[in-house]
Amino acid sequence: MAAIAERTRVALFPVNAVLVAGATSLFIGALLSDIAYFRSYQIQWNNFSSWLLAGGLVITALAFLWSIVELFRARWRTWPAWAYSVLLLATWIVGFIDALVHAKDAWAIMPASLVLSVIVVALACLSLAFAWAGLRAGAAR
Amino acid sequence: MKRMNLLATTAAAILLAGCSGGNAPPEQYGANPQLPTPQRGLLPNMTIAKPAAWGDRLPTVPQGYAVKAIATDLRIPRQTLVLPNGDILVAEGRGGNAPKLKPKDVIASYIKAKGTSPIKGGNRLTLLRDANGDGTYELKTVFADHLNAPYGLALVGDTLYVADQDALVKFHYTVGQTHVDGEPVKVTDLPSVINHHWTKALAASTDGRYLYVGIGSNSNITERGMTAEVDRARIWQVDPRTGMHRAYATGLRNPTALAIQPGTGALWAVVNERDEIGPGLVPDYLTSVRAGGFYGWPYSYWGRHVDARAQPQDPQKVASAIVPDYSLGSHVAALGVAFSLPAMGAKFADGVFVGEHGSWNRAHPVGYKVVFVPFRDGHPAGDPIDFVTGFRGKDGLTRGRPVGVSVDPRGALIVADDLSNTIWRVTPVKPAAAANPPESMPAPREAPPAAPATAPAAATPRAPGVPQA
Repeated sequence: MAAIAERTRVALFPVNAVLVAGATSLFIGALLSDIAYFRSYQIQWNNFSSWLLAGGLVITALAFLWSIVELFRARWRTWPAWAYSVLLLATWIVGFIDALVHAKDAWAIMPASLVLSVIVVALACLSLAFAWAGLRAGAAR
Repeated sequence: MKRMNLLATTAAAILLAGCSGGNAPPEQYGANPQLPTPQRGLLPNMTIAKPAAWGDRLPTVPQGYAVKAIATDLRIPRQTLVLPNGDILVAEGRGGNAPKLKPKDVIASYIKAKGTSPIKGGNRLTLLRDANGDGTYELKTVFADHLNAPYGLALVGDTLYVADQDALVKFHYTVGQTHVDGEPVKVTDLPSVINHHWTKALAASTDGRYLYVGIGSNSNITERGMTAEVDRARIWQVDPRTGMHRAYATGLRNPTALAIQPGTGALWAVVNERDEIGPGLVPDYLTSVRAGGFYGWPYSYWGRHVDARAQPQDPQKVASAIVPDYSLGSHVAALGVAFSLPAMGAKFADGVFVGEHGSWNRAHPVGYKVVFVPFRDGHPAGDPIDFVTGFRGKDGLTRGRPVGVSVDPRGALIVADDLSNTIWRVTPVKPAAAANPPESMPAPREAPPAAPATAPAAATPRAPGVPQA
C-alpha cells in the first residue's frame, strides 16, 4: 500500500497541473471574449481576448518548459508524460497562431479567432487531462 | 532591427506565398487604379525605414533644379508656411497619446519607432529668414513656443492660424515679425481624445471666410471602437469669427494636408488610406473635396469597395461613397500638398507637389519622395513625376522622410523632412520669369518620367543614388 501511495505522489505532475489549469482558464476566458465580440461587435471583447490569450501563452510556455525538464528525470519518462509535453507544445503553437490572428484589426480576426480559440481550449483541456492522467498511468503500473 | 525586418518580411512572404499578388503590385496612379483583392497573412508586411545621416549627400532633383538644406537640427518639422515677406514658418512637434490596447500595439509601436527620428518634438514654430534673397536662410529663430504638436498653418490677413493637435489657435501677425506677441488665442477645440492620427491639417478659403481642418481617424480600421470615431476622419469647416464648425466632408480616413486651388478656390486634400489588407491596398489619394461628401471610411474604400473589417456595416453609407479623384499609390503616406506656380518652371508650373513620407506596411518600399502631379484644366492629368528623390537610397538606408511641402511664390519648393530634421529648398537654377513664356530652361515637351539621374553640378556636388520606385 505504501509503495502505491508513494508512486501516486510521484506520478502526479503537481506544478504542471497548477500551471496548465491556470492557462486553461485564461484560454477559456479568451474564447468567451471572442464569442462576446462575435455577438456584439464591441471591440473591448477583442482587446480582452488578445490579452487573455497572451497570458495563457506565457503560462503554457512555462508549463511546457517544466515538462521538458521533468522528461530528463528517468522516473517521469512515461508515455503520458511525453504525450503531455507534445500536447502542451501543440496548445502553444495553435495559441500563438491564434494570437497572431488576434493582432489583426477589428473584424479581420473573425471567424478564424473563434475557431482557433475553440481548438486552443480543447487542446488545453486535453493537456490538463494528461497532467492528471499521470496519476492513473503511474498507479496502474 | 534588420533581422527583425527580415524575419517579419520573410514570414509574411511565406504566409502570403499561397495568395496571389504577393509580388510588387502594378503602379496605381490616377483615377482608375487597379485594386487587388484584400489579403493579409498572419503577419503584416513590414519594411521599416533604416535611418542614416545625409553626410555630404543631397536629395536628387530634376535637371535644371538645385536643392539646398536651409535649416537643420529642427525638432520634428512637419508643415511649413511661406509668409508674404518670404519668411518661412516651420511647425515642429510630435503628437498623439493613443494607449496601447492590444499586445500588437506594444510590439508595433516599438518596431515603427525605429524608422523615425528619436528627437523630441519641438511644440513650436520656427521662423527662417533670408533677408538678402541669396538663398541662404541666415536667421533661424523660435517664433512661437509652448504649443501642443502644431501642424497646420494658415495666414489670413494679419491673423496667423495654427492647428495644434487639440485646438485651433490664432496669433496676430505683422509682416516682418520674428516672434509672436503674447499668448495664442483659442478659436475652437479640436477632437483630441486618443489622437491615433493626431495631425490637424489646415487651409483657409480664398476669401478668408472659412478655415478647413483635417481630422484623422482614431484607428486604422475601427479597432479602437466606433465610439472613438466620433468627429474623426473628416474635414471641418470652421468659422474663425465664432469658432463654430460643421463637418464639410466625412469618411476621409486621414486627411493629412489641405490646399486651396488657385483660381477655382476649391478645397483639395491628400488622404492616407487604411493598412493591413495587402501591399496594393488601399491607394492614398489626392482629391478635390466635395461639400457634404462621404469618402468611404471605415465602411468602404475607393468608392464602394466594402471593407469587411468595419462591422457592423452600413450599406447606405457605402452606397453614397464618393470615388476620390486621383490615386497616388498604396502606402506612399502622402503628408504634404501644395499647388505649383509658373515660377517653378514650365514642366512643373501647373499641378501639385505631394510630399510622401514613405511606406511601412509593404515589402517593397514606396513613397520617400516628393512627386509632382501635373494638372490640365484644373484636374490631375498624367502620372506623378518624381521631383525630389534620394531620401531612400539604393543602399536601403533612409536619410530623410518628406512631410509638408510649400511653394514659395518667388520660385522655390520648401520641403520639411522629419527624419533628418531638415528643411530643403528646391529652386529652378535659372528662375523662370513668371510673366514670360518660360523658355529659360530647355524643358523637354514630352514629359519623360522625371529622369533626375544627375543634379546640376554647381549646386549639388554629389548626387546620391536615385531609387527608381
